[in-house]
Amino acid sequence: MSMRKSLNKAVIYGILAVLAALMMYPLIFTFMSVFMTAPEMNQYPPKLFPSSLYLGGLQSVLELIPLDRFVINSFVMSGIIMIGQVITAAMAAYAFSYIQFPGKNAWFAIFLSTMMIPWEVTIIPNYLTIKSWGWMDSYQGLTVPFLASAFGVFLLRQFFLQLPKELFEAAKIDGCGHIRHFITIVLPLARPGLASLGVYVFLTNWNMYLWPLLITNSVEMRTVQIGISMLQFEEYTAWNIVLCGVALVLLPSLLLLVFGLRQLARGITAGAVKG
Amino acid sequence: MDAQHPELKLPAAPAVVQETQTAHKDKLRARRWKEGALGYLFLAPCLVLFTIFLFYPLVKSVYLSFHLTDPRGEVAAFVGLENYINLAASGQMWNSLKVTLLFALYTVPAGIVLGLIMAGLTHAKLKGMKIFQFIFSVPLALSVSTASVIWVMLFHPSMGMFNYFLSKIGAGPIQWLTDPSWALISISLMTVWMQSGFNYIVLLSGIQGVPEDIVESAKIDGAGPIRTFVQIVFPLLTPTVFFLSVVSIIHAFQSFGQIHLMTKGGPAGSTEVFVYSIYKEAFINYQFGTGSALALTLFAIIMILTFIQFAVLEKKVHYQ
Repeated sequence: MSMRKSLNKAVIYGILAVLAALMMYPLIFTFMSVFMTAPEMNQYPPKLFPSSLYLGGLQSVLELIPLDRFVINSFVMSGIIMIGQVITAAMAAYAFSYIQFPGKNAWFAIFLSTMMIPWEVTIIPNYLTIKSWGWMDSYQGLTVPFLASAFGVFLLRQFFLQLPKELFEAAKIDGCGHIRHFITIVLPLARPGLASLGVYVFLTNWNMYLWPLLITNSVEMRTVQIGISMLQFEEYTAWNIVLCGVALVLLPSLLLLVFGLRQLARGITAGAVKG
Repeated sequence: MDAQHPELKLPAAPAVVQETQTAHKDKLRARRWKEGALGYLFLAPCLVLFTIFLFYPLVKSVYLSFHLTDPRGEVAAFVGLENYINLAASGQMWNSLKVTLLFALYTVPAGIVLGLIMAGLTHAKLKGMKIFQFIFSVPLALSVSTASVIWVMLFHPSMGMFNYFLSKIGAGPIQWLTDPSWALISISLMTVWMQSGFNYIVLLSGIQGVPEDIVESAKIDGAGPIRTFVQIVFPLLTPTVFFLSVVSIIHAFQSFGQIHLMTKGGPAGSTEVFVYSIYKEAFINYQFGTGSALALTLFAIIMILTFIQFAVLEKKVHYQ
């Protein structure tokens, strides 16, 4: 029995190790290439490990493209969208969970149905709208269409409904109105929910591709995702430099994953997810 | 005051009661009105944004799809259903529909099976599982552009690692992205990898929700780990798997970035998925009318597919 058990254990560890190696390989390849020189990268047979901790590639990529500018753009864009979505979603979620108003159920159903509208249907008119407002190549063009999401409303509503009802009753007796109740009681208590939504929204928008591709033309307004993919098409760029760029772009997301995995997992598993 | 006009108080009393009653009612109505207004105030930011960027575009898409447009997006002529008829008559739409269905077929079952294996194994109560759980979540950090750039290099026909490893085991080089019979498979491989983190997290949380005692009693009855998983855990996991399959198929039908970055729909249209067709029509050919018609067709297809899944598959789902 214990023989079989330890054999089982060994098999599980074996499969997991192989799977982990396969899944991690593309990333290991990327981070190994960061430290390779251009000739090392072009060698055949390809080298698996760099011969030294060469940092010239990182330097070259920063000289070749304004990566710092791209990172700032992505940070500002994702940050604005994150803050905006958390605020609008928290307000709407509060209305749906605590306030009695006519048409509440109908509005809730309408909000629910907006999750079914895929972005392809809205992207052409939204592109034309942003263009006609003269918002191309601007932060407002990048962010304003995304400042509200039905997904966020649902996620936070779930959190708000789980808060103890007695707290609100007690506050009401003390003469506490909705606005004060929202700001001083509900928001602080729902912090884990706000964090889940925040991390999730930040990462999704940090990784956004099609919208920034359509909305930005100038180099100054490019986000990291567009900047890094443009690097690929510069014909004479050495691979090690491109991969240095990729690694630098991946780093913030990886850090976010290390510190916010639990919040992120909660956001993802909260229900339907829009990609 | 009462002492000065004692005679006035008694006859006036019923009127005062009535007055306070109506005042009370008014107050209540005012409070209710205020509460309702407050509700809409809290809803206002979402309502305004949804109206401008969701509801209006939805209507505008329908409107555009009945028209021809100039490159600036101005409506040039009303053509009725012609855009739709032309699309249905052209081979291009059917090709992209076929490619998208194949893409879903390659990525969705493979992604779910891979996720099940990883989630099932890392749920075992063994040392070091936290590390594996983190490793399998790492692809969550990937974006479509970083993942695509990495894989374009791995797929490179002469310098890429994949062909190098193949040559090591004596297999011939594969033209991963330029051979029409391989390109879609290559993109699917990359997509399964890119989405594995998401699938893993969803399935792991599903498995963690399976009641411990059910699994324990199966083990006491002498069921091995594989039999326990297939016969006990998996049936309880079917709601999660169902949810994941619905979301994954929608994702597959909405894929764009990896195709734009790796093949641009080529070679010979073999990777031209539906959204890439929309992009090409609207933002390369500037045909916003036909682009909108394509987008609405896709919307309809996704709705129908989701509906079918709920009607057919959900019956097999085991809800506790």
